[in-house]
Amino acid sequence: MTVQQEIQELLKGRPKKFIYLDHAATTYVDSRVYEAMQPFFQVEFGNPGGFYELGKRAADAMQAARETVAGVLGCRAEEIIFTGSGTESDNMAVLGVARKRAKEGKHVIISAIEHHAVERPAEQLEKEGFEVTKVPVDKFGRIRVEDVKAALRDDTVLVSIMYANNEIGTIQPIYEIGTLLKDHKALFHTDACQAAGALDLNVEKLGVDLMTLNGSKIYGPKGVGVLYIRKGVEIQPLVFGGGQERGKRSGTENVANIVGMAKALSIAQAESETENARLKELRDKLIDGLTKIPKTILNGHPELRLPNNVNVSILDIEGEAFTLFLNEMGIYASTGSACTSTSLDPSHVILATGLPYECAHGSVRFSLGRKTTEEEIDYVLEVVPRVVSILRKISPLNLDADKVREKGQGDLKYI
Amino acid sequence: MYSETVKEHFFNPQNLLEGQPDESEFNGFGQVGSPACGDMMKVWVLVDESSDRILSMKWQTFGCASAIASTSMMSVIVTEGEGMTTDEAFEITPQMICDRLGGLPNRKIHCSVLGDKALQKAVNDFYRRSKQFDRVRVDRAKVVDPDTNITDKDIQEAVLEGAKDLESLQAKLKVAIGNPEFLPDVEKLLHFYVSKYYG
Repeated sequence: MTVQQEIQELLKGRPKKFIYLDHAATTYVDSRVYEAMQPFFQVEFGNPGGFYELGKRAADAMQAARETVAGVLGCRAEEIIFTGSGTESDNMAVLGVARKRAKEGKHVIISAIEHHAVERPAEQLEKEGFEVTKVPVDKFGRIRVEDVKAALRDDTVLVSIMYANNEIGTIQPIYEIGTLLKDHKALFHTDACQAAGALDLNVEKLGVDLMTLNGSKIYGPKGVGVLYIRKGVEIQPLVFGGGQERGKRSGTENVANIVGMAKALSIAQAESETENARLKELRDKLIDGLTKIPKTILNGHPELRLPNNVNVSILDIEGEAFTLFLNEMGIYASTGSACTSTSLDPSHVILATGLPYECAHGSVRFSLGRKTTEEEIDYVLEVVPRVVSILRKISPLNLDADKVREKGQGDLKYI
Repeated sequence: MYSETVKEHFFNPQNLLEGQPDESEFNGFGQVGSPACGDMMKVWVLVDESSDRILSMKWQTFGCASAIASTSMMSVIVTEGEGMTTDEAFEITPQMICDRLGGLPNRKIHCSVLGDKALQKAVNDFYRRSKQFDRVRVDRAKVVDPDTNITDKDIQEAVLEGAKDLESLQAKLKVAIGNPEFLPDVEKLLHFYVSKYYG
């Protein structure tokens, strides 16, 4: 069979509906969340600052939401701030803490695999005269606590390490880092957007001073985030105005979104045990099947990883071409290839684990969700090897997987 | 995001070389890019010496959908009708390929700029093999052997492809064979690149 024929045969099996495997990018809004939000658009539309009944009811709904979120995190309601996104919360934490504490020190520590919502504000701090140290990760994308310890200085005011990485799913030793930082003046922030629903968010146990969450990863609405700020911690706000959210984030509160966020988080928390077990099984089946394809490497830690995350590098083919083919076959996934990023840089996370550029260009992420079924996983496992075979025939490459691995494992120094 | 034409060339690529090339079916080969940079293309041509027309062009591409569709479209442009002459092949620009594809999204245009370079290399390779050295076109590279128009870049590439001594270099490039006065320069470059890439 020629390649053209192979492609035509494959495309004949196009399904009518699509299979969504990009939940780490965003999720649909759960019906229960949607229902909980409904009243606040047209009926209970009051501004929580209004002193009439309509306003008071909106304020009460918001307070209830705040208490729900605080319950999940094991903190006080007044320590919860609602923002417009996870990115905004990250910016508030990084810029807000550093700028407030600049007189005590101008050194900040982040990991080499933070989301851009933490990386970019850190770069901004450098322009403002701060020094930023990026702690490296091992080949599984995991931070070593000793490396954080070694990076700490007398003038370190903030350490920001994400709880679980969005690209390769690796879970970080937040509790151990929190313990380390107990006796240091540096504040500890974690971006927990991917961890919500999957991992324990108790801020006392984790030992964090600030934590970011968002709605769009947990079957809540887009455009809402949470920033937990431990009582006593002061930050400089980013947005000034009417003084809402204890002066930390002005702007008329989006009560519908806030209610949605709280509902989504409480559902995620309640269902986490069963859902995580279900997801892990499907995830591992997918990982097993994909790594059986020749020259396919699993990215991230095999066990200490999010229950819904699968990320592999498939050698000799390029990620955008791969995901476009998958898209045509009704499978929606994402890639760490340079060709899909707006900056034309390949995934900094894959590179940080020590793998070479070839692996970033051929990386694919599948992130499972609440409606993912075993049939869908089976279908993916049927389609992927065929797409790989076709693209490998189109490609002139035949990389030696072992040489590629060698090339990648260099000395991981502080950046 | 992609036009129908681009998708057509991606899901139904034209003139793809399947498997290993049959050396007797081509008289020119060119390669650009690398896996590390996310784009790599190999182009094989068969040129009819008497008419100077490109009768066949086959390719393989490692890269995104834009890169694959671009190489496919280029192969059609080059071989449609009676086939382009080698001079016409040098006139092909990424813009031409892009236009025939119905346009590419702005940030994908860079993916289509390697194909024509691979084709030019393949045509240059044909010129050398058919001893039409005066037709070899190079830009901004220093010619070290005016008879064959071999440049320092050619030597660099030959070393990257595995030539580590003068004998293998000359087997690849036929450089300075008739003109020993150019040998010292050639050997200097050879040793420079060998120690650079092989330590």
